[in-house]
Amino acid sequence: MSLVKTTSQTVGPYFAIGLTWLNKSDLTAPGVSGKKVTIEGRLLDADGKPIPDGLIEVWQANSHGKYAHPEDKQDKPLEKGFQGFGRIPMDGNGCFRFTTIQPGPVPGPDGKPQAPHILVSVFARGMLDRLVTRIYFPDEPLNNSDFVLNLIEPARRGTLIARKKGEGLEWNIVVQGPEETVFFNC
Amino acid sequence: MSNIAGYRRPMAGTQPNHLHPPYASSVARSPRQPLVYLPHTLSEVTGPIVGPERVDVKAFDLTKQHKGEPLGERIVVSGRVIDENGRPVPHTLVEIWQANSAGRYLHKVDQHNAPLDPNFTGCGHTLTDSEGRYRFVSIRPGEYPWKNHYNAWRPAHIHFSLFGPAFATRLVTQMYFQGDPLIPYDPIFNCTSDEKARNRLISQFDWESTIPEQALGYKFDIILNGRDSTPWENK
Ligand SMILES: [Fe+2]
Repeated sequence: MSLVKTTSQTVGPYFAIGLTWLNKSDLTAPGVSGKKVTIEGRLLDADGKPIPDGLIEVWQANSHGKYAHPEDKQDKPLEKGFQGFGRIPMDGNGCFRFTTIQPGPVPGPDGKPQAPHILVSVFARGMLDRLVTRIYFPDEPLNNSDFVLNLIEPARRGTLIARKKGEGLEWNIVVQGPEETVFFNC
Repeated sequence: MSNIAGYRRPMAGTQPNHLHPPYASSVARSPRQPLVYLPHTLSEVTGPIVGPERVDVKAFDLTKQHKGEPLGERIVVSGRVIDENGRPVPHTLVEIWQANSAGRYLHKVDQHNAPLDPNFTGCGHTLTDSEGRYRFVSIRPGEYPWKNHYNAWRPAHIHFSLFGPAFATRLVTQMYFQGDPLIPYDPIFNCTSDEKARNRLISQFDWESTIPEQALGYKFDIILNGRDSTPWENK
């Protein structure tokens, strides 16, 4: 077939009209197992200015490393009440904050475990296509052997690893500049 | 466990670059480092599923969300969501948002000097059926000015958002209308270099979905990434 994916277009400045109904910044629910964690940060442009008209979506496995999706055939428990999807708009200062469960490791190439991670899509006015990135966790032994982190030059790997801040974690998305976050061709 | 088949990457030129200077706000909001190629793993071939329990079955009709009827020309926008292999994408969420018939969004940031319509919010969603079909009833959105450059106007458009079956298949796009004279001048429409790919964003007038004495039909088919047949390790 010669079909090609429909071309992407920006969400523009008014996406809140259409997308707010599915906002979710607390992915946890009573009875869901695992370590609860709050991740907060800022979405910053080339000049270090916050991007208030932006949105992130997150996708992750549960604490056992199982995705709530039929294509995950692993023999691991699903958790009723944990879907693994969040949609979080920036506030007026370009800040976001969401609460979730730290995901368990999921398999990568050849079945070797990937380090726990959260997938992130970034949307904003001015972005013609989403930006795709990942959040990893600090002090996680599997980070050293994670095949995705190892695709990245060492000096930039840190942009994907959240830092401890108080009780929670901080992770910023820098769209452009010396501290530019690593984005993927996904 | 062996490796899994990923989704195909778009063909060169058929998706916009993140940096497209004619769209001024892309300059400071696009990365400068090359994107890192990410082989698809279980993380990318799975993705959020929004099922019927979340969906409002009335949300496909944007003309029935208030006491009265919105002003403007009623339209039916319908089409199919298929993948690059031509297979339907069933039961997937389609979200839309748009300006009212005067070209004004119900959003505090929109200061365009055109009237709001108390009977129009401009937000809808639906699931595709088992054959990937979707259908919305709405009003034709108005063109509106923006400040990208002198005398800049956006052609009439409806914003679309789709998940598809996986994280890798996520798509946000805009649908335009056949014959709109503003299309050739729009830097957002023109951000994709491949002309054919661009032109597929233009919906076509359609007699079949037109409702006599009620609403004009427009067809807009949407294509999501096709699945590779072999795992990437074997290539
Ligand atoms: Fe718009």
